[in-house]
Amino acid sequence: MKDDNSTVVIDAGERNQLGHPLDYRELNRRIRKALSEGQERIVLMNVMGQRYIASATGSPGMRIEIHGTPGNDLGAFLNGGTLEVFGNAQDVTANTMNEGRIVVHGNSGDITGLAARGGTLLVKGNSGYRVGIHIKEFEGSGPSLVIGGFVNDYLGEYMAGGTILVMGINCPESPVGLNVGAGMHGGRIFVRGGLEGHQLGPGACLAELDERDAAAAEDLISQYEAAFAATVDRTVPLRKVMPLDSRPFRGHYDSTTI
Amino acid sequence: MYQHDTRTASPRGPAAPRSFSERSYLVDIPERHKPRHGSCGIAGCMNIDGSLISGSKIEKMITTMSERENGLGSGFVAYGLFPDFADEYCMQFLFENEESQALTEETLSEWVYMIKDEKVPTFPQSGMSPPFPLVWRYFVRPKTGTEAYVRTGLSEEDYMVRLVMSINESVPGSYCVSSGKDMAVFKGSGYAREIAKFYNISRYKGCMWLSHSRFPTNSPGWWAGSHPISILDWSVCHNGEITSYGVNRKLVEMAGYKCTLLTDSEVVTYLWDLMVRRHRLPVTATAFAMAPWYYRDIERLPEDERRLANQLRITYKEAFLNGPFSILVGRSDPVTMIALADRKKLRPLVMGESEDGNSVYAASEECAIKSVQYDAQIWATRAGNPAVVKLGEGIVRRGTEAPFLGAI
Repeated sequence: MKDDNSTVVIDAGERNQLGHPLDYRELNRRIRKALSEGQERIVLMNVMGQRYIASATGSPGMRIEIHGTPGNDLGAFLNGGTLEVFGNAQDVTANTMNEGRIVVHGNSGDITGLAARGGTLLVKGNSGYRVGIHIKEFEGSGPSLVIGGFVNDYLGEYMAGGTILVMGINCPESPVGLNVGAGMHGGRIFVRGGLEGHQLGPGACLAELDERDAAAAEDLISQYEAAFAATVDRTVPLRKVMPLDSRPFRGHYDSTTI
Repeated sequence: MYQHDTRTASPRGPAAPRSFSERSYLVDIPERHKPRHGSCGIAGCMNIDGSLISGSKIEKMITTMSERENGLGSGFVAYGLFPDFADEYCMQFLFENEESQALTEETLSEWVYMIKDEKVPTFPQSGMSPPFPLVWRYFVRPKTGTEAYVRTGLSEEDYMVRLVMSINESVPGSYCVSSGKDMAVFKGSGYAREIAKFYNISRYKGCMWLSHSRFPTNSPGWWAGSHPISILDWSVCHNGEITSYGVNRKLVEMAGYKCTLLTDSEVVTYLWDLMVRRHRLPVTATAFAMAPWYYRDIERLPEDERRLANQLRITYKEAFLNGPFSILVGRSDPVTMIALADRKKLRPLVMGESEDGNSVYAASEECAIKSVQYDAQIWATRAGNPAVVKLGEGIVRRGTEAPFLGAI
């Protein structure tokens, strides 16, 4: 159905003949149908665990609002546009995202931003374990992940590029867990608030922010403030986690290579 | 995870199953169950004031996550189910046929007084693969007055454990799926929605429910091997793999437990019974032994806790569950729900609490909780950190505290 502003509204809470909730395949089929008909503004109501929402879709003007609890792999392989979640997202949000923007007005689960290659993810609240694992950048394109609250262990594990910012809003203790940046060999992690040496994983080190880092962090903080109508206290210092080496396994497997 | 008995597995491929427990039937995966992608789902709910919850609520929770399962097993456990027989052990069985039932009853009559027995009504669903087992329950009291009992030197509970183990091991075609007081397990091979209809779960009411939907990875999907796996009043729903199964199995077998269900998950149930009931360890200490911190992290604990942590790691090194897991554990007296993820949080687990604080939930995915309690406040437990909810007391631990906090 369409409303007056040519926004497509899809009720994901409807039941089929057997009384089962709308299957994620059917939900995604309807999203793709709307997109193929040139409808770029889509509202999903009563979402309850449907997976892979808007995966591998995307155009610069696409805008999908999600009300409820979207399932795992929200916006996987996203190629552009904006997904905005009014609620919490589950695990593996923004899996291998290429481009676009995902905004979560709540928390996101474990493995948020797995292997992302571009785009921006903004999470208002907290996230879980292994956030930003194996994210990467190439040819000037890289992902940015911003978490407003805290994250748990293995933040930016095996990170090869891109930027992560954890802000620790309303978080009295350190906003990151253990093994931060374990095995990372590219990219940078900004942590706003407490971070001690023992929290770093192997291959990661603490560094001061240079001018380009400070500008990038300020840009992400401004985006967060705009997305959630928040005001972030700039007096809390930022710490930067970066890789010790861009090729940590050099010589480990073949001593003849340089 | 290991298949112990391959003697009857057919090398020529599928043969029509003759019985629900036939081994060749266990390993053949029907076409409709061929894995696509997924993993087990777990869900639990509990009312702290003890008010009863209809089975339809847990059915809705677990079927909301139907994308996780592949139809090779599901099950439910309810606590506070038999107020009229709360002091008797309720032994619920899956029988091959009348003969295995007769053999089991013969054994039972030697060990226990039968107070009451009844057929558990079942309703085979069109999508499920027959043959179906006969499901029967017995309310029993152990024959503790006899000379034979005294000679065993066992406590009443250990006597019951030995009875269950001996039936599961030696009576052909008979599996005791639950043996606790005031609780029962309803499980089988099928999708969660099929098993819920098979037992008509909505006709039962309990103050706590746990459930499981299965995606077996390296053990066969079959009726008795479905979760929850239960001994006495313990029941465990498990999502994950226990890669340390061999070591854990040695520990429980040395303590007299028999692993007969062809799945790695059963050692978890026996470990809880061994460590909490028999060794009287607190729940927090048991959880720490199962999902311990790294030694380098233990070094940062205050001295008393450091000593305790090191002692637990050394004393119970065979109880360390290596590999990814998240488990829901139930027990009675008082009815308690424990939710625990492995020490790296490699399997999902979220908790939820209703606005009035009376209903507490645990599940693999948030949607399972939100589907029955939309206003629920959601939080995630930390790796290796148990959340504990007790009847009458509420949330004793949220799973985000320091280890050993709260003597439980």
